[in-house]
This record gives sequence, structure tokens and C-alpha cells, in this order.
Amino acid sequence: MSNNIILSVRNLRKWFPVRLGFFQSLLKGKKLFVKAVDGINFDLKAGEILGLVGESGSGKTTTGRVVLRLIEPTTGKIIFKGKDITNLSQKDMRSLRRKMQIIFQDPYESLNPKMLIGDIIGEPLRIQRMGDPSEIEEKVLKILEEVDLVPPEEFFYRYPHELSGGQRQRVAVARAFVVEPEFVVADEPVSMLDVSIRASVLKIMLNLVKEKNVSFIYITHDLALARHICDRIAVMYLGKIMEKSSSDDLVKNPLHPYTEALLQAVPVPDPTAKRIKVVIKGEIPSPINPPSGCRFHTRCPKYLGDICREKEPQLVEVEKGHFVACHLYGEK
Amino acid sequence: MKPLLDINDLTVYYKILRGYVKAVEGVNLQLRKGETLGLAGESGCGKTTMALSIMRLLPPNGRIVRGKIIFDGEDITTLPEDRVRKEIRWKKIAIVFQGAMNALNPVYSIGEQIIEAIRFHEPEVHKDEALERAKKLLELVGIDPSRVDNYPHEFSGGMRQRAMIAMALACNPKLLIADEPGTALDVIVQAQVLKLIVELQKKLNLSLILITHDLSIISETCEKAAIMYAGKLVEYGSVYKIFKEPLHPYTQGLIASFPDIYAPKAEIKSIEGQPPDLLNPPSGCRFHPRCQYAMDICRVKEPPYVEVEKEHFVACHLVKS
Repeated sequence: MSNNIILSVRNLRKWFPVRLGFFQSLLKGKKLFVKAVDGINFDLKAGEILGLVGESGSGKTTTGRVVLRLIEPTTGKIIFKGKDITNLSQKDMRSLRRKMQIIFQDPYESLNPKMLIGDIIGEPLRIQRMGDPSEIEEKVLKILEEVDLVPPEEFFYRYPHELSGGQRQRVAVARAFVVEPEFVVADEPVSMLDVSIRASVLKIMLNLVKEKNVSFIYITHDLALARHICDRIAVMYLGKIMEKSSSDDLVKNPLHPYTEALLQAVPVPDPTAKRIKVVIKGEIPSPINPPSGCRFHTRCPKYLGDICREKEPQLVEVEKGHFVACHLYGEK
Repeated sequence: MKPLLDINDLTVYYKILRGYVKAVEGVNLQLRKGETLGLAGESGCGKTTMALSIMRLLPPNGRIVRGKIIFDGEDITTLPEDRVRKEIRWKKIAIVFQGAMNALNPVYSIGEQIIEAIRFHEPEVHKDEALERAKKLLELVGIDPSRVDNYPHEFSGGMRQRAMIAMALACNPKLLIADEPGTALDVIVQAQVLKLIVELQKKLNLSLILITHDLSIISETCEKAAIMYAGKLVEYGSVYKIFKEPLHPYTQGLIASFPDIYAPKAEIKSIEGQPPDLLNPPSGCRFHPRCQYAMDICRVKEPPYVEVEKEHFVACHLVKS
């Protein structure tokens, strides 16, 4: 079992120091941190699609970047294919990057406007020394065709500004997949695109994931989309994983009150369904001083009392493959 | 009963260097008092232009070329700007803009900004009275009135959006236009804001136009839905009809591209191709290049906008009236 786990994350923390003015730091006497990711654990199986879902500020983007070592973790371990990569030097990381790629949210900012599409997609191949110029060109043309930017010879010589948002995002997908990675993180890859175009980009991306048997972390705030795309979903809140299970189970049988609240807030495109329901109050608190105990206790509709305020619930397996961090399920 | 808002053959063009962007073309739409209408479509389909035309807030290069907007018995398109400012805008029709939480002025307190809105339109109101009204408005949108002296940076995103709604309601408008009111907010906060808008609409018997690209939001909040594509109104009807028996292929495609969280796991469908360039919109039906049912007639003749059954309109050659 353990040998088909491609990525393991153990007690991962990323605290960003808060920059204070000179006098402020004298007065405060101690350093402040934004606890973006605060002790999370998860495994990603080979060929699996794991969704990281949460509101802004829940730490999902930071998690995605830390596991790729685009941001250095504060503490914890990242194990990629059985090898601890937490403290690997940047030089050693470089050769590993061939196996791990990322697709960013904004296709208007993630492509260099001065480079031709062909060069943008070919750059990782050049950096990884994956072939001579003619081989690289061949690979680029092939992947262009795979992401449905046809005829590829024509798109090769275009600039990003000549493409629409959907086409740009397909370039970003092509750039990630051209090096034949084993693990890809996609950070809200379609949230900037128009609804009617979203599905086509997703389809292309997911086909590549399936075809090349890539392990995939899909970061999104859209629970409805995550449910249809992902095999498993981890719900994050203020840097913690609150619940983790198969996506079907999570939607049909949510255990954590926060997951329930998130599900309730998702609008349903069916006029016969129940309309706007109970909505929990307030907004996500600051990650600088997250609430004590369970971080959700300040907004929780099922608040149990002192225990939630004082003791932090651990993520435990309540049903097979269904983990939850909540005192409601403490006794089991 | 006469509708509160009667839009008739509305056509709006923007002049740019390369020609005219035909942003809205020949739109007919009615809204009764107390009715809620969802206006949906992709970016660039003309939904915001519709809102700006109703508010008479089109940018200098935008012009209403044809058509009427009759509000409360008067054609807004021909009124002098002076009267629009004094009598219509904000007093009768108010708008909550997209990304409104960034529309607040950072150097004035929330209270001052609401008071300004009140006293600009009703100069006879005394400052103290306006302050009282500002507090009441904040209470109405679920913000503690004691925070009237706070500045925008002391409010969270959701609270700023609420404050904007309070400001829109400052002069008791009859019609509220909400342009993507929840788009920049988190799911839970978005649900809070939408719930608030619906509650206020009922409580104050407002007419509401909710502009959004998210069909599921319309299904949850509105009675009527209007679907726009490339400047044209392609379908209009009760939300039930639009979601359960959509007639236009674009409406069908748009609905299919929205995943329903509770539906069985399925592939999300897409509409092939891209929205057209409105400088040179396609001939005939503007949707024909992307339509899987396109026939010869669709390329040459523009489909008429017909009432297929009571209060269900569609513009498509597939549909016989």
C-alpha cells in the first residue's frame, strides 16, 4: 500500500513572519506570525486527484506551494516518492521539478508576454535538458495538439496576448504536462475563466491527468466543482484540515459542522430545491491569532462548550477513510 | 398591471477606434413591482451595459442608439441628465456594483458616506436626521449601528458589501440593481449577502435585477430569469421554465456547464468555441457558430424573439411560436 503513495505530508507548518515597525516590535516584545498552514498531514496516492477546498485564507494555496518547495516550510516533512525532500538543496530540487509541476490561477499573469507560446512551453524542457532543439519542438507541437490548440504550428508562433483566457490556460496546462510530470498541483485553474469555457479546459486537463496517470492536487474554493473532479477532498480552515474523505462521502455525509456550512452555502442550480438556507454567521478569523482550541468554535453552530474552546480536536478516522477533526466525534 | 420597468428594443453601442461595439442589441424586458429578475450570461454579453443604461451611467463612448427604457411611466433615455440625477438615480433606482466593497472611499467613515448619499439626493434632510437614518440602514443590513463611525478598512469584505447595500437603500429606491454582488466574496459570505438581499427585497417590496454569471445563484434567489448572449436576450421566463425546460441551445449549454453538487458524479459539459467579437457579431443568430443545432437559416436570418407560452420568450429558429 505504502509504495503507491507518491506524496506524504507530515505535520507541515508554514508560518509567515509579520513585519512590524521598529517600535511596534519593541512594544509587542515577540514576533507575530501568520499561521497559514499549521500542522497538516495527508497522503496522495499515485494517480489520485485530491481536492483542497476552503475559503480564502484557509491555507490551501500555501499548502500547494509548500509541497512543491516553491515556499520553504517552517517545520514538518514532505516525502515525495519515499524520499524526504524537505531539506533538499535548490540544486537537487531542480532535477526533481521535472516530476512535479504547478498550474497557476491567473493565465494573464503566469505567461511571459514577451515569449512565443512555443518558447513558453519549451522552456521547462530546455531547463531540464530534455532533448535537442528539434526534439523539443516536436514535443511542444505534440502537447499543443493534446491541449487542443490546433493547428499547433500556428499556435507555436503566437504571443500570449493573441490568445483568449481559455486558450492561455491551456498553454499553462501544456507547459505543466510537457515534461511528463508524475505530480501536478493546480491552483484554481479555471476560476478566472468564463463558465462556458471552464468545462472544456477542465476536460483537457483531466484527460491528461488520467492518460498520463498523474497524481493531482486540485485547489479550489468551489466545492461543487471539486465534488465532480476529485477522488478525495480535504476541507481546510485556518491552516488546518477539518475533514478528509472521498468526495462522494463528503457531500452526502459531511461530519464536520464547517463542511456542512460550506455545503449549505453552495448555490444549487435547481429552482425546485430548497432555497437559501441557514447560513453561519461571521467571516473567517485572522490567521495571526487563530481562535484557541478548535479554530472553528467562534462560528460553529454546534458549539459544545469549554472543550471546543480549550482543546484542539485531532483529525481522527471516524469511518473507513473518513477523517474529521471535531469534538462531536470525540468518544468514538 | 403596467410593469415598473419596460425596456423596449434597447440598443447600446460603444464607439472605439476600430468601430462600434454592439454591446446590447434590441433587448425587450419587463419587470413588475416587487419582482426579482436574474440576468445571466458570460462576460461581455451586455449584462452590465444593461444596468448602466438603466442607471444612465454609460461611459462617454457608450450611447443608447435605439429603444426606450420606461420606468414608472417615463422614458429614462430622453430625460435631461439634471432630472435623472435629482429624481431617478438613487431615489428610484439604485445599484450595487461589482466588487463594491472596493468602491468605498477609504478616507471617509462609513457613516459619512451614507449621509452624503442621503443629503445629496434629499438636501432638506438635516445632518442629525441623516445620521439616524444611516444607523437604521446599517441595522437593516445586519451591521451594529455603533460602527457608523468606522472606516472601510475596519470592515471585512462582507461587511463592506453590506454597507454598500445600505447605501443603495439610503433613499428608498423602488428598483435595486445588484451587479455580481457576491462574486468577489467567499462562498459562505456570498450566501450571507445573497440571503440579505432577498430578505430586504421582500421586506421593502423592492423590484430587483440581479446580474450574475452564476446561474445557480439566480435559481436560488429570483422568480424570473433572462439569459443574454453576445448582446442579445436569447431567453426569458420563470426560473422554473428556464432551468427545467430551457428552449434555447445556449441556455441548455449554460445550465449543463454548472455542476450540481448533489447530482451524481458526471462529466461537466462545455459549449464549444468562444463568445464572438461584438465589433463584428456573427450574422443571423449570434449563437450559430457555437450552436450544435445550427441550420442554414440561422446563418442568415436573425431569429425573432417570440412568446412560446405565457411569459416564456425565446429567440431561436428551432422554436416555433
